[in-house]
Amino acid sequence: MTLSPFYRELLAALNQGLLMSLALIVPSAVGGVLIGITAGAMRVFGSSWVRRLGDGYAALFRGTPLVVQLFVLYFGLPNVGLYLSPYAAAITGFMLCSGAYQSEYVRGALLSIKRGQYLGAQALGFSAWQTVSAIIVPQAVRRALHGCGNEIVYLIKYSSLAYVVTCMELTGQGKTIATEYFRFTEVFAIIGLYYLGLVTLALFVLKKIEQRLFVPGFGHR
Amino acid sequence: MTTDTTPILRVDHLRKCFGAACILKDASLSLRKGEIKVLIGPSGGGKSTLLQCINCLVLPDSGEIHLGGQRIDLANKADLYRLRQQVGMIFQDFNLFDHLSALDNIAIALRKVKKMGKREAAERARLELEQVGLAGKAGLYPAQLSGGQKQRVAIARALAMDPKALLLDEPTSALDPELIGEVIAVIRALAAQGMTMIMATHQIGLIATLADEILFMENGVIVEQGAPASLLGPGNPSKSQGFCDRLNDLADGGG
Repeated sequence: MTLSPFYRELLAALNQGLLMSLALIVPSAVGGVLIGITAGAMRVFGSSWVRRLGDGYAALFRGTPLVVQLFVLYFGLPNVGLYLSPYAAAITGFMLCSGAYQSEYVRGALLSIKRGQYLGAQALGFSAWQTVSAIIVPQAVRRALHGCGNEIVYLIKYSSLAYVVTCMELTGQGKTIATEYFRFTEVFAIIGLYYLGLVTLALFVLKKIEQRLFVPGFGHR
Repeated sequence: MTTDTTPILRVDHLRKCFGAACILKDASLSLRKGEIKVLIGPSGGGKSTLLQCINCLVLPDSGEIHLGGQRIDLANKADLYRLRQQVGMIFQDFNLFDHLSALDNIAIALRKVKKMGKREAAERARLELEQVGLAGKAGLYPAQLSGGQKQRVAIARALAMDPKALLLDEPTSALDPELIGEVIAVIRALAAQGMTMIMATHQIGLIATLADEILFMENGVIVEQGAPASLLGPGNPSKSQGFCDRLNDLADGGG
């Protein structure tokens, strides 16, 4: 079976876009989780001004639309002499936005650890750092896992916004072809399938991580 | 100079207020090696706060703590870590680490605090579990253990640190009646081995038979202290006997 020129062109463009999407999603997801853990811990354990700094960051990036954030990063920053490439602008926006949401999941998980866990560790002579790193964080990670995974699933889909700052990923590539051939239904249906594939893959990986971290008393296998 | 009569743990004039509420007003006590003091009195009398102040899980507002003749500097974190390492604490609700197996609950303290190697820590942990009759449960997580088993793991965990003294804060209060016996048996065995302890408890059997001295606490003050022989006995007008009578009435009423 041979594909018509339209489909050949479409799939070639989408595959190229897929690579760009992956190049956006993977570092953004990792960066978002790292920022989220840092900001979440700051918001729980920090001194009052550190806490306020973390709260302010989360409020700003959860409180404004991602599109606006991307426009500011790409079209706004040059006004103060800072030029970001489309790719850099998109990835910065994704990381900061995702990190803000992740920090909320991490914060909730850290706050859910009962006081007795701190007391138990302190009573044995653990330092504050040992208590947090060896007892509190390993438990909080297990509690935050589902929320953090959910945010990564979101990230995969909002990565499609990169095309508004001219970073040509899946959606951007597809839109070009759709406009050229004026065949929107097929193109966007296929783009939808690509995202569905990406999310399915992510869910599979998240499930594996969940199983690996399973401990009786923390969810089900 | 340290002799056998020097107390291994001494606290003087401990005071702790939370806002306007003073839970602990002025508590002093000293503990010699092998001595067992039992802390009794009504709920809210300050027993838990006193125990938590002794190993500084709650920092006292004022007062002094001496461990083995050395004064603990309450403002010095290293001093506090050292104090807590040498004075074990058993909680009412166990406070086992939920994400670790029984064995790892014990081993992690040995590795983090005592800086033991992985294998050595696991061996010691296994030994301590054997001591409390849980050798077969090493791989189970807190969610898979009964209350009595959890408390025995908690005791094993405290003992693995080779504490100079053990503080027990109502160790059997959170347990179902049929599980209390196994924990009491472990505590009795500890007493027989000469472990130095302060225990807050409502277990009438433990009060009379284990205590070298009874401390009766009320409104943040130790109002009565003495040997069980001098405080307890039918018709004794002491507050301690009155308290034990009420516990007995409750037990009879319940049975």
